[in-house]
Amino acid sequence: MVTEANRIDRRFARLRSEGRKGLVTYIVAGDGGLENTVGLMHQLVASGSDLIELGVPFSDPMAEGPVIQKGHERALEQKVSLRKCLALVKEFREKDAETPVILMGYANPIVRMGTEAFADGLKEAGADGALTVDLPAEEAGPLNDLLKARDLRNIFLLTPTTSDARIAEITRLASGFVYYVSLKGVTGAGHLDLASVHENLARIRRHTDLPLCVGFGIKDGASAKAVSADGDGAVVGSVLVSAVGESADAAAAKDRIGALVAEMRTALDT
Amino acid sequence: MTKTTSPVDYGAYPDARGHFGEFGGRFVSETLISALDELQEMYQRLKNDPEFQAAFDYDLAHYVGRPSPLYLAERLTADAGGARIWLKREDLNHTGAHKVNNTVGQALLAKHSGKSRVIAETGAGQHGVATATVAARLGLKCAVYMGAEDVKRQSPNVYRMKLLGAEVIPVESGSKTLKDAMNEAMRDWVTNVDDTFYIIGTVAGPHPYPQLVRDFNSVIGREARRQSLEQFGQLPDALVACVGGGSNAIGLFHPFLADESVKMYGVEAGGDGIETGRHAAPLNKGIPGILHGNRTYLMEDEDGQIIETHSVSAGLDYPGVGPEHSWLKDIGRVDYVAINDDEALAAFRKLTRTEGIIPALESSHAVAYGLKLAASMRPDQNIVVNLSGRGDKDIFTVAAIDGIKV
Repeated sequence: MVTEANRIDRRFARLRSEGRKGLVTYIVAGDGGLENTVGLMHQLVASGSDLIELGVPFSDPMAEGPVIQKGHERALEQKVSLRKCLALVKEFREKDAETPVILMGYANPIVRMGTEAFADGLKEAGADGALTVDLPAEEAGPLNDLLKARDLRNIFLLTPTTSDARIAEITRLASGFVYYVSLKGVTGAGHLDLASVHENLARIRRHTDLPLCVGFGIKDGASAKAVSADGDGAVVGSVLVSAVGESADAAAAKDRIGALVAEMRTALDT
Repeated sequence: MTKTTSPVDYGAYPDARGHFGEFGGRFVSETLISALDELQEMYQRLKNDPEFQAAFDYDLAHYVGRPSPLYLAERLTADAGGARIWLKREDLNHTGAHKVNNTVGQALLAKHSGKSRVIAETGAGQHGVATATVAARLGLKCAVYMGAEDVKRQSPNVYRMKLLGAEVIPVESGSKTLKDAMNEAMRDWVTNVDDTFYIIGTVAGPHPYPQLVRDFNSVIGREARRQSLEQFGQLPDALVACVGGGSNAIGLFHPFLADESVKMYGVEAGGDGIETGRHAAPLNKGIPGILHGNRTYLMEDEDGQIIETHSVSAGLDYPGVGPEHSWLKDIGRVDYVAINDDEALAAFRKLTRTEGIIPALESSHAVAYGLKLAASMRPDQNIVVNLSGRGDKDIFTVAAIDGIKV
């Protein structure tokens, strides 16, 4: 059963009805200048992103590879806090009422803010859910309940090492979509194994009808198309964060991520 | 008669999900859960297996050189002018610190797991050396992550690890110290989880690490308890140990927790002084949060970002602490105090000159607090101070403070 009130559910329902794959894009809030983040988010949408994962910078991003680590460090130089991330979502919503946005980050800034205050903050800002890397199913209960009570979605990770029993447990808690981590490794790693993705998505599909999006190791249209063949979408992060980091100014960053996303959108739609 | 609260069953912690009260747990990304489950299952099976225990005991006796003596420091005691100070001589272990108790145990687990490679994080280099040592002995490949800052200030240990055949990987991210080394080791483990065993060096990290590192180090307290009864006919009045992550302290404390008459003091690094903010004392001045797979007291800013710590001792320079210590603080079983850099340095010199023992700068924090505590106690009372490591690795740091080029 899908409640259509949440933007994530609406977006995946529409994609399914159109027979298209979703494109989920990740940037780090404040990376490339706090004042430029909302502009970059609108650019992601204009170029074909279906859903934005806004990365909340953290001092110890344990699951990230070097590219996204650097993005977090650049953002932290500007003291980008969780509250500022929520303010960015609110500002984004002034001009975009439809594109789903989730905050992706680590548990400690949420704990510091207060889990309930965080859930309230998401709702108030117009965000649609959260993905907290270091809150696996056994520790996610309190946040999950708070999000659920506010009709917000909690996105969980599944990985090649997740057992069938755990897939069953996690998909019972999960909502919005399920994020399948395509490989054993950190974000931006380069050893994507399509056969393993194919096999594991089939394994997960036996447990849930939630949309399945595949991330880690997706670098371009071809890899996005390949991983989403058996699922509902692809998640891309490191190449975008890398592009933001290498751009001399906001205009250049917009051009570069725009071109990257457009190329992936075209590949997914053809 | 006043009603007393029912005694805590310390042996019942952590619970099945790794919680010590509200602390501990397993806050890691999904990829590592199956590896942690596998480790937990293997450890639960082996920890009660007589053959495994016999192998561990054999290695402790014949490779580490245990039991380590409980030594009455008579001149130090006279200097303090109060309770008798006994030193638990972990500095006499092979590789020169308590760290090897744990790496010998985890190496046995690694062997059972059939994995061909071990990794470790290290701050001062003691755990890195202890890991490289057991890896050499078992013929396992070994990579040690070490903050780039620590690589600079602990160069003798870096060379030791290389001699032992380990690859030392300097970590350039974040504050380039122990916490960043731990992040990088976790990233390695996520990537190479099929063939790699992660030997964590302290009682932090995700469950079951805080439990198994504690269990392997508890030999310190078991021996100290027996030696106390043999050498002075009663339990000690107080135990003192330094706390960074807290593995030597929990190792000494744990076998005494149910002995209510034994007071315990965990000594954190006060750095330039708690009041300056430049320290590494989360139990004195931190707040509960989540880092490196567990909920514990942390040093962080108002946004929940982990902040840089400061201590003359690289081994105590860590913004978190083992979750069991956080719990023992909150239930009031252990007092956590702080000793500043200058006090630790003074104790380093005092022990060296009064007893002919050069202590590690980490252990010097415990010695400094032990001296203060002894002075406030009666001469018929007994304090056991954990001398967790020897100070050879630190002579360059101390020389530099003295303006001497060694």
